[in-house]
Amino acid sequence: MSAHIANSDSEDGQTRRDFLLLTAGAFGAVGAGCFAWPFIDSLNPAADTLAMSTVEVDLTPIQEGQAITVKWRGKPVFVRHRTAAEIEQARAVKVEELRDRESDADRVKKDQWLIMVGVCTHLGCVPLGQKETDPKGDFGGWFCPCHGSHYDTSGRIRKGPAPKNLSVPEYSFISDTLVKVG
Amino acid sequence: MSSGQRAEFKNPVVSWIDERLPVFSMMQKEYGVFPTPRNFNYFWNFGAIAMVMLITMIVSGIVLAMHYTPHADHAFSSVERIMRDVNWGWMIRYIHMNGASFFFIAVYIHIFRGIYYGSYKKPRELLWILGVIIYLLMMATAFMGYTLPWSQMGGWAATVISGFFTAIPVVGDMIQTLLLGGFSVDNPTLNRFFSLHYLLPFLIFAVVFLHVWALHVSGSNNPLGIDVKGPQDTLPFHPYYTMKDTFGLGVFLLLYVIVTFFFPNIFAHPDHFVEYNPMVTPPHIVPEWYFLPFYAVLRGLTFGVNPYIGLSLFALIVVMAPVYCGADKKTGLCSIICVVGRKYAVLLLAIAAVAFALGYLSQVEKATGGALISLPLSNLVFVNAKLAGVLAMFGSVILLVFLPWLDTHPVRSARFRPLFKTATLLLAIDFVILGYVGMETADAALFGVIPLLWIGQLGTGYYFAYFLMLLPWLSRNEKAQPLPASINEAVLKA
Ligand code: HEM
Ligand code: FES
Repeated sequence: MSAHIANSDSEDGQTRRDFLLLTAGAFGAVGAGCFAWPFIDSLNPAADTLAMSTVEVDLTPIQEGQAITVKWRGKPVFVRHRTAAEIEQARAVKVEELRDRESDADRVKKDQWLIMVGVCTHLGCVPLGQKETDPKGDFGGWFCPCHGSHYDTSGRIRKGPAPKNLSVPEYSFISDTLVKVG
Repeated sequence: MSSGQRAEFKNPVVSWIDERLPVFSMMQKEYGVFPTPRNFNYFWNFGAIAMVMLITMIVSGIVLAMHYTPHADHAFSSVERIMRDVNWGWMIRYIHMNGASFFFIAVYIHIFRGIYYGSYKKPRELLWILGVIIYLLMMATAFMGYTLPWSQMGGWAATVISGFFTAIPVVGDMIQTLLLGGFSVDNPTLNRFFSLHYLLPFLIFAVVFLHVWALHVSGSNNPLGIDVKGPQDTLPFHPYYTMKDTFGLGVFLLLYVIVTFFFPNIFAHPDHFVEYNPMVTPPHIVPEWYFLPFYAVLRGLTFGVNPYIGLSLFALIVVMAPVYCGADKKTGLCSIICVVGRKYAVLLLAIAAVAFALGYLSQVEKATGGALISLPLSNLVFVNAKLAGVLAMFGSVILLVFLPWLDTHPVRSARFRPLFKTATLLLAIDFVILGYVGMETADAALFGVIPLLWIGQLGTGYYFAYFLMLLPWLSRNEKAQPLPASINEAVLKA
């Protein structure tokens, strides 16, 4: 009897043991993964960081040709009151020639108000061009000093290492002179 | 480790301990009588120097952490308080700040020594890889330490460096958010960087232990690069090399102390003394000096991989195939590629050059927008410039791991390999030039005419060509000069 058991063990016991080992290993791996996840996920933005603030921007004090920077989610948001010439310049560009093909009309809700996140899509610096005295790059918009990305008057990438246009956040006009970002 | 053979100790307390835990036997074996090649030059001092610097960093760091506040609202002022109010705070901080620079100086010389004398070759491959791991951990530690004073430079360095991860397609932004704990560099980022900055040096310590352990298994290499043949080739580590190391360390520390006390901000930048402002990037941001060459590689890739660049890379791979695969493999696709590569080498190199030029020029933007030359399919970019830059930068560091398999020449030391020696000295110069390019602004020009960008691109080209083409080629084709019969013989002749 015992010889019989020993025999059957060495015949199919091999595969049974493999099966046990593999399932135990697989469960162990899944368990370790489940255990690790809360620790990894705890590094993601916490609830208070996520409690996504919205900001309201009063547009009345911004003269044509001027721009202001507001803080939203810890990042700068550019609000620019564009001149007719700047809008003209942005509209004249052929969309097929762009690296990140977007027409100016798709990037604004009202032609004269350009609102976008002021974070270079290369590695995250804040481009220059908000102040009158800032360099504005070869295309009259913004220039990122970190690695030399040039953005046009629609905030679209035209030259340099950045792959994408400056992103447009979600926003809505509450009234003609009040904008809610976020 | 060394529990086998125990040494005799006169002191009864020492002897009592050693019988139960043979630490004294181990020290005696590994640092006392340890047989060490008798022909070391001063390049061999920098391992010990790096060890002393690591301990200096840990000691000064622990004390700094007792006065430092890791919170976005208080970090900057707590460091200012260390500088102004804490007893000796200014000195401890300057020791830590400049210590990081001198630690890197020592480690760079140590790494160069390893390359020049072929110390990465068999049987020291793992020893070398452990060294590269230490270097990577050091870079991570220094980068996170740099953000702790919550300065403009540090904060923006954290932004740009975490921005590298956004180059990864699809999940890149998620990874960056995970690393920062938010959508920008803010308090959660500072907290975790402080935690890791405290942890990593101790991890480095552990890897250094493995590094030295591996060293004591294989024994040290030496300037001749030949194996130790017998007792006549070696000296006991103590007192010969304890003395030589102490002397070299003294000279090194003297320089370190001169900088720390008389030029403490020589490696720093004015924007490192301005509090971090997430709304304004300083006009000229640069990483700390020890990252500059890699920064130049990152910025040098102003172009991505389009079909022309792809063709160029493919032609280069075919040319290199006979070198990589070995001439003797006679079967399969690999052998066909090898035959093609050998037969049409010149033609393929020409194709690579022309395709590269076309691919490059078709991605240079005119001031008025659009490409300098437009070619069919040139807009089809598989790997964009941003991702290419990040890959090249990480690649230029990771390449070091593979060095033992890129250079398989049987002779270790550059002393007997004139071509390898020239190429390696050029690499060192190239590295310094890249560092200079990384320090200047993106649009700077040499003598006002030659864009530094081009120099950075050429330098990047040489860096990769050295590791991926020159070394493998030289491994097969360079004829080394005759080696001396033994270390002892060479020493006596000199
Ligand atoms: C591998 C070793 C280490 C390296 C390369 C390193 C590097 C650095 C660097 C570059 C800075 C910025 C210095 C400045 O600009 O002020 C820094 C700051 C700091 N480090 Fe370290 N560090 C190391 C080990 C440690 C350890 C072990 C601790 C604590 C246990 C520590 C605690 C700190 C603290 C509290 C600061 C902020 C205060 C300051 O900026 O002076 N460091 N570290
Ligand atoms: S971050 Fe703007 S160009 Fe690199």
